[in-house]
Amino acid sequence: MAVKKNTLKLKFDSSRNLAPALESKSVAKIAERYDLFINGKFEKPSSKKYFDTINPASEEKLSSIAQANAADVNKAVVAARNAYEKGWKKTSPKERAKYIYRIARIIQERARELAVIETLDGGKPIRESRDFDVPTAANHFFYYAGWADKLEYAFPNRNPKPLGVAGQIIPWNFPLLMAAWKIAPALATGNTVVLKPAETTSLTALKLAEIIQEADLPPGVVNIITGAGATGAALVNHPDINKIAFTGSTDVGKLIQKAIAGTNKKATLELGGKAANIIFDDAPLDQAVEGIINGIFFNQGHVCCAGSRLFVQESVYKIVLQKLKDRMETLIVGDPMDKNTDIGAINSKQQLEVINKYLKIGQQEGAEMFQSACSIPKKGFYCRPTIFTNVAQSNRIAQEEIFGPVLSIQTFRTEDEVIEKANNTPFGLSAGVWTDKGSKIFNMTSKLKAGVIWANTYNKFDPTSPFGGFKESGFGREGGLHGLGAYLKV
Amino acid sequence: MSTKRLTVLKTYKIYIGGQFPRTESGRYYTATNAKGEHLANMCLCSRKDVRDAIGTARGAFGGWSARSAFNRGQILYRIAEMLEGRKAQFIEELMLQGSNKAAAENEVTLSIDRLIYYSGWCDKYQQIFSSVNPVASSHFNFSALEPMGVVTIVAPQQYSLIGLVSLMSPVIAGGNTCVILASEVKPLCSVTFAEVLNSSDLPGGVVNILTGKVSELLPHLSSHMDVNAVCYSETNATAIKMVKENASLNVKRTAIYENEKWMDEKNQSPYYINDFQEVKTTWHPIENIGGAKAGY
Repeated sequence: MAVKKNTLKLKFDSSRNLAPALESKSVAKIAERYDLFINGKFEKPSSKKYFDTINPASEEKLSSIAQANAADVNKAVVAARNAYEKGWKKTSPKERAKYIYRIARIIQERARELAVIETLDGGKPIRESRDFDVPTAANHFFYYAGWADKLEYAFPNRNPKPLGVAGQIIPWNFPLLMAAWKIAPALATGNTVVLKPAETTSLTALKLAEIIQEADLPPGVVNIITGAGATGAALVNHPDINKIAFTGSTDVGKLIQKAIAGTNKKATLELGGKAANIIFDDAPLDQAVEGIINGIFFNQGHVCCAGSRLFVQESVYKIVLQKLKDRMETLIVGDPMDKNTDIGAINSKQQLEVINKYLKIGQQEGAEMFQSACSIPKKGFYCRPTIFTNVAQSNRIAQEEIFGPVLSIQTFRTEDEVIEKANNTPFGLSAGVWTDKGSKIFNMTSKLKAGVIWANTYNKFDPTSPFGGFKESGFGREGGLHGLGAYLKV
Repeated sequence: MSTKRLTVLKTYKIYIGGQFPRTESGRYYTATNAKGEHLANMCLCSRKDVRDAIGTARGAFGGWSARSAFNRGQILYRIAEMLEGRKAQFIEELMLQGSNKAAAENEVTLSIDRLIYYSGWCDKYQQIFSSVNPVASSHFNFSALEPMGVVTIVAPQQYSLIGLVSLMSPVIAGGNTCVILASEVKPLCSVTFAEVLNSSDLPGGVVNILTGKVSELLPHLSSHMDVNAVCYSETNATAIKMVKENASLNVKRTAIYENEKWMDEKNQSPYYINDFQEVKTTWHPIENIGGAKAGY
């Protein structure tokens, strides 16, 4: 009798073919065309130009979005300045709080609609937009609303004052949540805002504009202008902006830092990352494998703090790798509107091309690629969950941010070795540590150069918890008490 | 046939464990307005009612203190929303008890805003009062706050609503549960406020409200052995001394607010939350092997 090869591989071929559980699109009211939200009203762009926003899961057009040019940006900044000087900075802090509480409440009330639109426009699984993006955005407004009349306790012996007009530029990976991260603390601290969402994901920001109208926020306190890089550049370079808050790539972050040199503009930059997720041999391995999966495949890997560099202690490398591959086979890639979907659509064709480029580079560099065998839809932008083994520290896939569901795996023997390897990157946004030994966790957290470190968990976010990076991952923090300072003169 | 409609009068009961029982004693006293005219028959609570309420508060403590700070904040916000919707009723009751219209309106809106104020603190006071302590040895050492437990509160006499709200909010915002003895002379709003609490997702037993005589119940509120802290807010040296002496029976914490003007926004702060918090310090070793330094 032949001895059956001992493999951990589980059989998922039949039982895992779940029937589709599609979220209904009917709750999403998407207009054919969206104008710019300036001074409390939707206004046609002076550029007279509109661009399409599509559903990356089906490549179907969802709506036309106004393209703001420099004149539109100026109009928005003037509106924000007027709102600041004439009303908002004189509004009593506790009344300011009440507006922000209203926004939080309306987001909670319209949560389902926002989740559906977020998924249609951005491609992320409905489960994530419903259970993470939208509730966390509402909670963020709640948290910062409460700070509005309590600032003197956050900065003892200081009399904190707002900066003025904040220009805010956000990315496409968490569109509504990033808008909340930017707008909530800015308003709580008494600033007014001009926000520019990313061009592929404008819709929930424009829904937020509707919510802001519904909350009766004074006109001009929040202005939302849509467009691509040129619109963002016009905002950054506008002379009447006091503060730039940017979340996006390190390359653009550097351009912004350079552009505002020689001005009095303050900045917070939340940039790229290449986080080390470190598995020690004493870690609870099944839990750690879940952490690896969540770390790199959450939101298709479109996460600046994604655990994209996995370091596994040599003694458990084989078993972790096998468990990881087995677990990857269970991941469902497909229609983001399906509640069973684990990995949705890549946000744009352009991003899919970037990811595919890195898949080629990885292989050319000599790393071994493994992808799960799942099927992917014919239309739309999709990428199978991917891991690379046999990766060298100097490989581009171990050094550069890919921003997709692509994990590079390396091994290590000692704590010292993994600290060296983990820190050997220009980035420093986040890291993960998996071990049962508490004292080891604290050794790692004190020596890893990163702004957020998750121990035996990954990708956790909370309005009370500061987020932001070391080194080329940017500066300034968002969230928590520390997120207030970015919008105040203290 | 007369078409005049007769008003249906409310029976003012007490609030224990999310329910509205009458006092077990069956006794009553009369709430009057400034002219001595009859307003309502109030429950004249007994020592037994105090014990029941404290037992109920103790039972609710585990669940309430384990709620996330965010969730407690949401519930306090909900209380404010419910109170906003019933402003008119409170204004009317305050006026029955002798306030003029402007003062009554002011007291009610201030009470709503104060609830919002403390709602906001629920997930923030920890960030003000906690610390990471740079001990010299290789340990990660931090101090965080925890609620004390069951707090008995004697509400201020002169402020029927804002007094109760000002003392209750910081206590429950911090995760404690409480038994409140309402203003003896102006008790109407406190019972009506219990109706607000009851429709606002606040778990039963977190706040329990009794009516009765301070002179009769204060000794029990301050001496009960299952109470962790007592809050008293009148200028009465004899009573304060008794509260502090009774507190020593089981080392209760006492918070005495003699000079607070509850209508003033200066008398709201996270320090009122801190008054009902313990500090817990945790030491955890930091492994210090190998020579790696964070070099990059």
